[in-house]
Amino acid sequence: MATSFSATLPLHGSQESRLSLTPIRLAPPSSFLGSTRSLSIPSSRSRLYHAHAARRSPVVGVQEVVKDKKITNSLLITKEEGLELYEDMILGRSFEDMCAQMYYRGKMFGFVHLYNGQEAVSTGFIKLLTQSDSVVSTYRDHVHALSKGVSARAVMSELFGKVTGCCRGQGGSMHMFSKEHNMLGGFAFIGEGIPVATGAAFTSKYKREVLKQDCDDVTVAFFGDGTCNNGQFYECLNMAALYKLPIIFVVENNLWAIGMSHLRSTSDPEIWKKGPAFGMPGVHVDGMDVLKVREVAKEAVTRARRGEGPTLVECETYRFRGHSLADPDELRDAAEKAKYAARDPITALKKYLMENKLANEGELKTIEKKIDELVEEAVEFADASPQPGRSQLLENVFADPKGFGIGPDGRYRCEDPKFTEGTAQV
Amino acid sequence: MWGILGRRAVVVDGGFSASCLRSRMRSGLVSARSYAAGSKEMTVRDALNSAIDEEMSADPKVFVMGEEVGQYQGAYKITKGLLEKYGPERVYDTPITEAGFTGIGVGAAYAGLKPVVEFMTFNFSMQAIDHIINSAAKSNYMSAGQINVPIVFRGPNGAAAGVGAQHSQCYAAWYASVPGLKVLAPYSAEDARGLLKAAIRDPDPVVFLENELLYGESFPISEEALDSSFCLPIGKAKIEREGKDVTITTFSKMVGFALKAAEKLAEEGISAEVINLRSIRPLDRATINASVRKTSRLVTVEEGFPQHGVCAEICASVVEESFSYLDAPVERIAGADVPMPYAANLERLALPQVEDIVRAAKRACFRSK
Repeated sequence: MATSFSATLPLHGSQESRLSLTPIRLAPPSSFLGSTRSLSIPSSRSRLYHAHAARRSPVVGVQEVVKDKKITNSLLITKEEGLELYEDMILGRSFEDMCAQMYYRGKMFGFVHLYNGQEAVSTGFIKLLTQSDSVVSTYRDHVHALSKGVSARAVMSELFGKVTGCCRGQGGSMHMFSKEHNMLGGFAFIGEGIPVATGAAFTSKYKREVLKQDCDDVTVAFFGDGTCNNGQFYECLNMAALYKLPIIFVVENNLWAIGMSHLRSTSDPEIWKKGPAFGMPGVHVDGMDVLKVREVAKEAVTRARRGEGPTLVECETYRFRGHSLADPDELRDAAEKAKYAARDPITALKKYLMENKLANEGELKTIEKKIDELVEEAVEFADASPQPGRSQLLENVFADPKGFGIGPDGRYRCEDPKFTEGTAQV
Repeated sequence: MWGILGRRAVVVDGGFSASCLRSRMRSGLVSARSYAAGSKEMTVRDALNSAIDEEMSADPKVFVMGEEVGQYQGAYKITKGLLEKYGPERVYDTPITEAGFTGIGVGAAYAGLKPVVEFMTFNFSMQAIDHIINSAAKSNYMSAGQINVPIVFRGPNGAAAGVGAQHSQCYAAWYASVPGLKVLAPYSAEDARGLLKAAIRDPDPVVFLENELLYGESFPISEEALDSSFCLPIGKAKIEREGKDVTITTFSKMVGFALKAAEKLAEEGISAEVINLRSIRPLDRATINASVRKTSRLVTVEEGFPQHGVCAEICASVVEESFSYLDAPVERIAGADVPMPYAANLERLALPQVEDIVRAAKRACFRSK
């Protein structure tokens, strides 16, 4: 067992057998470059990339896989699953809309980054996870926390800075942590969450191999297109593939890093290709379609649970609002926004559910109403909650109550009355 | 267990950290001589190695990660023998990717393991400082106590010999200014063992600043310190030498210099009290102030850059709390305010020397200009 964890990793040949996504086909870069700016890749170069990819690791365009399934007339989801997905996406959308309202009313302050438009990615991945799986996110983390199970009340209170928030008001919008639901943050620095997620996946593997516990927890790391130009991303792709960690790297490529277009800042904008360069499969998927995302997620999560290692999934998605509520959002083309607004993931799922007779208008309206009430109630709860007490300022700096460490008897030294007597040992 | 074997396999030279039985037997014969002589000595290197070894065998959640810690036996041989003893699942040779592996260590600590992350020198920790501060130090606070990070970041800190500007900076002041981190700086072998064991057991992130030039130095070590449950308290300084005329506070390698300076001062009739800080954060203000109230004079010494340094903090603390006890202005000896030069004579000028400490103490005692 020791050797499988160590350095060498065969890159050729054996990769194919491990990836079980069939049919394995090379997909041309899809119309994700559907932003109004076009990028010309010299065609000979793109062929070369595909040839390379064929030799190293199979890469799949999931559109083909999903289309195949549709043709054979079996539905991708059951009614319960469909309603669950719908409810989760509606929760994400309503919650974020409410955040915007509350921000403009002065109840919320600082930096608030909203997730409108990207709900399919969060719902598609997180609804497949168990409570003990971990999720690591960026500053755009409200919806990840909600999907993972943190209650709307706790998130809203946290945003209002109240003591009933998930971090008692000490974290804020960008730092949603929940030990109970294994939501490991909420990081303000882009790329910071990726190594932390890799470490959580590492722990999963360590628990299995060294501590001999029954652990097949996976970790999902969410981050954006801008992060993919950051060194830490590549360092972690390397190590995750090297140690075969149970992690899924999910790129929420919404084409914009504040006002910097992905195409202006990246030499090769096709992020899924960076996976095979490190020895893991790279998959590109339409992130505006929750069912496609879910199919890819299922495969990636199963792979990770089986111990086959990491996957890089690039989701083409779009944020309907600006980078944050303070962003005037002047650089993005109205036509581009309209194009993606037409591909709203919630509308798409609604259409799918109704066309395939999985739900009717009435059921969906009931869900919407329920969520509306939930979010309203969360706001009332947050409003009514008290602000943190003054003594909370100095609490929780250390896990160890006064910062003096643990004594040889295994208890906190500050609890030992002798410790505070007298001064230093001579 | 290690304590008993340690007695027989005490240091011979250059740190045979004796993790394999055969070498224990071999060195057992040689060390019998020092055993017969009555005092046990241990190098700082062996002290650190034994501390990590014992903590790893006591708790399977402890693992070591860093560059060259495994097959190379440690860049400075601190982790010698650990790969053979615990296997590659617990001793990781990482790629050269500080930000990546430090972050992985932090993530593993979030999820419940206890990593000991080694930086080849703390200068390289600058590539990972975001993780040390933003994801490790601040997490317990940001998550309101839900997520604690029981990680240790260790490695050599400060100037070595002739390694140039980019390998010689002292990071004590930078890390000690961050709430949420504990910063320790051992001097002797006993400090090294006790503080490292305390750090590994600690539920919070600890930055453990060693010193490369101290690794090979031998110090006497007591029976108590060789016991496997020995650990020193965090946040308590040690009075290395008692005195009544002037207080000299310092940490790490400078403690040795201060003790030598105290010898020289004793010849001139000045009795210096030398305090080994051991813990830079939390700083043992109580001990420092009690000592200054006794002696009325303070000389504070460090190797790092002077502006905003550890000495500055100690001076501020003493002026705030013991102002009316001071009989002389506080004296601050720090490294020169320049990046470390390479030339040997310039390097000597850039670092505090024993003469500097003696001169400052005399100034504080109004015996010289």
